[in-house]
Amino acid sequence: MDENSEGFSLRALQAGDRAEFARLVDRYSGSIYRLALKMLGNSSDAEDVLQNTFLKAFQHLPAFEGRSSLSTWLYRIASNEALMLIRKRRREVNLADAEAEDEQDAEISAPVQLTDWCCLPEEEFLSDESQDLLNRAVQRLPERLRIVFILRDLQGLSIQEAGEALGLSETAVKTRLLRARLRLREDLSAYYAERLGERSKK
Amino acid sequence: MSASDKSKCESLLGSLSDYVDGSLSEDFCAELERHLAECQDCRVVVDTLRKTVYLYHENASEPAEVPDAVRERLFRCLNLDDYAKH
Repeated sequence: MDENSEGFSLRALQAGDRAEFARLVDRYSGSIYRLALKMLGNSSDAEDVLQNTFLKAFQHLPAFEGRSSLSTWLYRIASNEALMLIRKRRREVNLADAEAEDEQDAEISAPVQLTDWCCLPEEEFLSDESQDLLNRAVQRLPERLRIVFILRDLQGLSIQEAGEALGLSETAVKTRLLRARLRLREDLSAYYAERLGERSKK
Repeated sequence: MSASDKSKCESLLGSLSDYVDGSLSEDFCAELERHLAECQDCRVVVDTLRKTVYLYHENASEPAEVPDAVRERLFRCLNLDDYAKH
C-alpha cells in the first residue's frame, strides 16, 4: 500500500494521529456534507450523516487496505450512512411505503416531454425558483438512483469510483445514472416548457 | 414517425448518457448521430438531457463548505477540539 494517499500519511492516520485526522476531516467534510444534504434534503439529518461518517472512518481506518482511494472510501461510508438513515426515516413514517424498491431493474422509460427549452434566456436558469426546482427534482429520485447521480454528477466521481463507493458494477452505475438523468430531464422539461409558454404569451 | 423509427429511438435511449458525457464508442456515436440527423424528437431529448446535466454541474460547481457551527460540532464529536481552529 502506498503510504501517502492523496497527500495524507496513511501510517499516521492508522496510528490514530489526531492532527492528521483533523486535516482529513477538513479536506473532505465539505463534500461529505453536501452529499448528505442532497441525499437527505435537510440539514439536521445531513449533520448526523456527516458526524457518523467521520466517527466510523476514525474507527475503521486501521483496517483500511487502500484498495480504493481514501476519498472513495469516505464516500462509501457516507453513502451507506445516508441510505441507512433514509430507510430508517421511512420506517418511522410508514412501514408499508416501500417506494417501489423493485423498480430498480425496470426498463428505461421512453421520454415524454419533447419541448426544446434550451433556448430560454440564461436568467431563467439562474433564478431561485430554478435552483429550488433542481434540488426538489433530485429529492424526488428513488434513493438508489439519487445516490448514483449525486456521486457522479454533483460530486464529480468517475463511473469507476462511484461503483467502488457503492459496491456496484460499472454497468449498474451507468444504467442508474442514465435513469436518474432521464427522470430529471422530464422534471426540468415540464417546468421549463411552461416557462417557455409563458414567455411566448408576453 | 414510422414504427421502425420509434424502435430505433428506443434502442438508442440506453446510450444517451454516455453520449452526452462524450464516452460513447466511435461506431455507436456515428450510428446515433445518423439517427439524430433525421429524428427531431431524439434531438430534443439529447439537447435537453445535455442541458439538464450541465445545469446540475453548474449548480454543484461552487465549493462545498460546512457551516462554521456544523464544523464546530463535528470537531467536538470527534474529540478534535484542539484542532478546530482554522
